[in-house]
Amino acid sequence: MKLSDVQFVAKLVGRPLWASTRDLLPIILVVVVFQFFVFRQPLDNVGRLLMGVALVISGLTLFVAGLELGLFPLGEAMAHDFARKGSLPWMIAFAFALGFGTTFAEPALIAIAGKAATLAVVEAPLEQQDALREDYAFTLRTTVALSVGFALAVGVVRIIMGWPIHYLIIAGYALVMLLTPFAPSHVIAVAYDAGGVTTSTVTVPLTAALGVGLASSIKGRSPLIDGFGLIAFASLTPILFVLLLGILF
Amino acid sequence: MAVTLLVALLSSLTSTLRDVLPIAAVIIAFQVFVLRRPIANWRRVACGFLFVTLGLAVFLVGLETALFPLGETMARQLASGPIVGQEPGAQPDVVLPWFRYHWAYLFAFAIGFSATIAEPALLAVAIKAHQVSGGTIHVWGLRVAVAIGSGIGVTLGTLRIVTGLPLPYFIMAGYLIVVVQTFFAPRQIVPLAYDSGGVTTSTVTVPLVVALGLGLAAQIPGRDPLAEGFGMIALAVLFPMITVMGYAQLAQWSNARAAGNRLAPANLPTNTSG
Repeated sequence: MKLSDVQFVAKLVGRPLWASTRDLLPIILVVVVFQFFVFRQPLDNVGRLLMGVALVISGLTLFVAGLELGLFPLGEAMAHDFARKGSLPWMIAFAFALGFGTTFAEPALIAIAGKAATLAVVEAPLEQQDALREDYAFTLRTTVALSVGFALAVGVVRIIMGWPIHYLIIAGYALVMLLTPFAPSHVIAVAYDAGGVTTSTVTVPLTAALGVGLASSIKGRSPLIDGFGLIAFASLTPILFVLLLGILF
Repeated sequence: MAVTLLVALLSSLTSTLRDVLPIAAVIIAFQVFVLRRPIANWRRVACGFLFVTLGLAVFLVGLETALFPLGETMARQLASGPIVGQEPGAQPDVVLPWFRYHWAYLFAFAIGFSATIAEPALLAVAIKAHQVSGGTIHVWGLRVAVAIGSGIGVTLGTLRIVTGLPLPYFIMAGYLIVVVQTFFAPRQIVPLAYDSGGVTTSTVTVPLVVALGLGLAAQIPGRDPLAEGFGMIALAVLFPMITVMGYAQLAQWSNARAAGNRLAPANLPTNTSG
């Protein structure tokens, strides 16, 4: 290994390592302060917790390093290439596939879908619970993934046509408000939460890269005004789709 | 403990791999069959994917061993008798007035704030925003504005679980504020503000906040976890939009004041289109 390689790796890993340590300190501080000044008792399993914190820090570090190494440059390069290719159908297909794929794989969505599914099947007969739970979680994840794919496809059309984002957002939320009274009560909170869950670890950086790359390669589009906004639309459509799922089935 | 940890790591790695592979497959398929060109620096990109997968797997195990149980323990302690000011020996299923849970609100705000500050996705977007705005938007300013919004959201979510008020009321009120602000905030910040709503809730925040919400709903008498334990995420998404637009409006106002006139500075044009 040459010296420049060592420096490159040290920079690549060192910065996110420091950043994730600094970022985690506030959470740990809040818990410690509450434990000592409000609850006034020591925490259980401190060794296990410390081990978990070490895993969180090293995981975050690797994740950010990998993002800067591969995903960000690739996402932007592909958005540029698609913009230059100039084929609108392919660009829409790419955006849809990206939205569907990243959302279906989203760990936060997997976690929420699992929790909601477990709570939803408690009243079913015991021997059917496993199948029902899997079915519920799979349907929920597919619905949300479809909705994010749809959102990104519409978002691409928006960037190309230059529609202002707030009209889409306001119309979308008006529709959500209109549908809410018709949805069964046990679906509403899960639907609203699904909106926030979708735009998580993998989806957000790739979507931001897609939007900014696309907007900066089209003449007359400002990356700041037109590039962002994809994520906002992608956290709106899951609410709509899950509410509709609840109303229809 | 070392063995259980290793098993947890391996199973986390399999599920993370299963989650990341489809994304890699989609990207490669488009690159090879549609764009018909090799991936530039493919070794670097492959290395990046490996790092992302490994990092996510390790991170998720850390979450399961540390942060997730922590959220549940905290919820249990925050709703316990001495903390909500119950007499020793009182019936545990007595419904208490909402203000007795003040420690839970304070903890919710602190957790919403600090968990968002720690969010890797938020950092990524903040850096991008700083770059494309030519330095007008400060990375830390944006992060603090989003974190305050997220803290308010989680606090209101806790209040909602304690009181059992319907979630749509909170959401509707919040979006009314967002709509009104949209017409007055600097135009460049609007899409960014909308996006910061979505980025607050990522792999750190969601399990922590959901564990807290479901834990509280299970502890507080008369609450049903399925119907009332969720909803904190939705509010944590909504309120950063309000605080980010507020931050932009404040920055615009103080810039205008510093310039010694009532006109908006050239780099932050007022929203006149809406």
